Amino acid sequence: MSDRKELLQVRGLQTTFFTDDGEIPAVDNVDFSVREGEILGIVGESGCGKSVSALSIMGLVPSPPGKITGGQIIFDGKDLTKLSQKEMRKVRGNDVAMIFQEPMTSLNPLFTIGNQLMEAVLIHHKDWSKKQARNRAVEMMQLVGLPRAEELIKEYPHQLSGGMRQRVMIAMALVCDPKVLIADEPTTALDVTIQAQILQLMKELNKRLNTAVIMITHDLGVVAETCERVIVMYGGQVVEEGPVQLIFNDPQHPYTKGLIQSVPDMRFKKQRLYSIPGSVPKPGSIRTGCRFAARCEFVLDQCSVTNPDLYQTSPVHNTRCFLYEEKEVSLIDRAVVES
Amino acid sequence: MTEPLLKVKGLKKYFPIHRGMLGKVSGQVKAVDDVSFYVNKGETLGIVGESGCGKSTTGRMLMRLLEPTEGSIEFDGKLLSDLSKEEMRKARREIQMVFQDPYASLNPRHSIGKILEEPLIVHGIGDARERKKKVIEFLEIVGLSSYHAKRYPHQFSGGQRQRIGIARALMTNPKLIIADEPVSALDVSIQAQVLNLMQDLQKELKLTYIFIAHDLGVVRHISDRVGVMYLGKMVELADSESLYSNPLHPYSKALLSAVPVPDPNFTREQILIKGDIPSPSNPPTGCTFHTRCPFKMEICTKVVPVLTEVEKGHSVACHLYNEQGQQ
Ligand SMILES: Nc1ncnc2c1ncn2[C@@H]1O[C@H](COP(=O)(O)OP(=O)(O)OP(=O)(O)O)[C@@H](O)[C@H]1O
Ligand SMILES: Nc1ncnc2c1ncn2[C@@H]1O[C@H](COP(=O)(O)OP(=O)(O)OP(=O)(O)O)[C@@H](O)[C@H]1O
Ligand SMILES: [Mg+2]
Ligand SMILES: [Mg+2]
Repeated sequence: MSDRKELLQVRGLQTTFFTDDGEIPAVDNVDFSVREGEILGIVGESGCGKSVSALSIMGLVPSPPGKITGGQIIFDGKDLTKLSQKEMRKVRGNDVAMIFQEPMTSLNPLFTIGNQLMEAVLIHHKDWSKKQARNRAVEMMQLVGLPRAEELIKEYPHQLSGGMRQRVMIAMALVCDPKVLIADEPTTALDVTIQAQILQLMKELNKRLNTAVIMITHDLGVVAETCERVIVMYGGQVVEEGPVQLIFNDPQHPYTKGLIQSVPDMRFKKQRLYSIPGSVPKPGSIRTGCRFAARCEFVLDQCSVTNPDLYQTSPVHNTRCFLYEEKEVSLIDRAVVES
Repeated sequence: MTEPLLKVKGLKKYFPIHRGMLGKVSGQVKAVDDVSFYVNKGETLGIVGESGCGKSTTGRMLMRLLEPTEGSIEFDGKLLSDLSKEEMRKARREIQMVFQDPYASLNPRHSIGKILEEPLIVHGIGDARERKKKVIEFLEIVGLSSYHAKRYPHQFSGGQRQRIGIARALMTNPKLIIADEPVSALDVSIQAQVLNLMQDLQKELKLTYIFIAHDLGVVRHISDRVGVMYLGKMVELADSESLYSNPLHPYSKALLSAVPVPDPNFTREQILIKGDIPSPSNPPTGCTFHTRCPFKMEICTKVVPVLTEVEKGHSVACHLYNEQGQQ
């Protein structure tokens, strides 16, 4: 898995909102990469910067008040943060696509499903005839498991259920055959049986088309069920990163540990839930030290003064916590000895 | 065993559908359709099911926020429909509700002190001094502080607001709390705090809970018994242990197998049910689940299955488990 090529690299990304209440560093020095054909999870509680990270990659940060204020997003040898609007539109139409939590807001209620799908096809294949576009639209609908495609193509978004609308959105996102599909809470608004259908579909499509998926969610169950690698975010930063097995079986950051222990498990009754004290901080409210220090049961003196780096604790596992600083040092020492 | 605090029989709520300019009634939504259950003193009954299955409507009828179309509700030995005005007022004190969105249910222009005092005033409990004292007492019980009484809802986080919602429900010393998705809007780390608080309060104050939620993990954690609803009907009702380890209704099986489990090593066979939930204004005949059921038999399209106890403490409404079905 780790030998797969890195498709997209986010380096030191900083996205800031300039509001009346001051500057909000919604995404604060975030690093991660997406590898070919993988499903990468981004998990964290509300306001931690998941959606803004995704919008930054897409070049869709609402501006004003938002702006990418630092870092790079490297895709195909280009820094996406340096591209013009026009060039970015091309990237969105060809290489990177995104689906959102509430499909209704991204579908136009005045046009039929067919219309919107065909338009998406024609943006990508400018020289195609209407008939070709229509055939491709029907094909895409079948790909995402929409029934009676020939009839559905004439219907309007409001005539579809939430699950069907999300399938339409996936179909539209896949029209351009993107290399990366960003899914921002794609099943949060859906019922659990419909969620299972959509997650199943996304896993199948990922295998079949080899499209890399960034799965953004606050649900650890969804992460465990779909992702190969996971990024845990807190207060605008990445606090831990690693393969899904390690994140769940050997979590390192106190926040990750607490989060996993806080979730009720349907399979057995826990006597009492572990709960992280305090509340999720507003972004920007903590500027010095570790963002999690005030809620952390392992807090050290230095934690409220200096923000720890993302330490590499194994070749595949990174943690932003002073408790793991030495582990990185020993890893580097070992590498030096071995080389 | 303790006697039930609440007994519900044949509860129905049909909402009329109005069409056209004149608002002629053209049909009805069978939001809750013949639901019966009981809740024992001191226990938690969980109610789960997907959106639109009638959970909130059921809760609202128990609170008398909605008039049932049919059916009886017996609370603490008395039929609610038989109560005099005065008795009904008293009963209202004893059943309280906690809502999903604490923000929407707290008046933004009132201080927390005023919000918490209001139910006491409404029910004529105590004088001004006693009421103030009680407000402080309950703020502390739910983990807030006396100085919070002067603040306003927008000055609190989501989790704190839900604590306020819980404190407000407790002000009149209720026996039964109906909590409708009380933690659904909260972050995982905050959700755990509120669930723990609710469990502590239940022990301390000997409360009985009806806990409505769509998150099956949360419901398992907090409930002694659980009812599963589908399209306005209770399709299965069992001890929580028994339901989660051995679900009987095909819908319950599918629902449980669909829940993502926070463990990457966990594997199981998912029962994916096809299609969407039918509209409650035009529910399928017979068993309303037959259109999506992988085990559908002929009888299912014709005869409505009745909720029947098939094992001790485990009832199911499914033809697979009655004699006709097994033939
Ligand atoms: N349009 C905006 N104007 C001002 N601030 C914004 C805007 N959009 C986002 N933010 C800020 O950025 C922070 C991160 O937001 P983001 O939407 O990325 O969170 P998230 O992790 O996706 O949370 P959720 O789980 O609730 O979707 C927010 O807390 C908010 O303060
Ligand atoms: N006042 C009303 N008028 C007409 N129909 C209603 C009314 N209230 C609820 N309904 C309908 O009754 C059905 C049951 O709704 P209810 O709110 O009880 O579902 P629920 O199980 O609480 O769903 P959710 O999980 O989405 O909260 C739904 O189909 C709903 O549209
Ligand atoms: Mg978001
Ligand atoms: Mg509801």
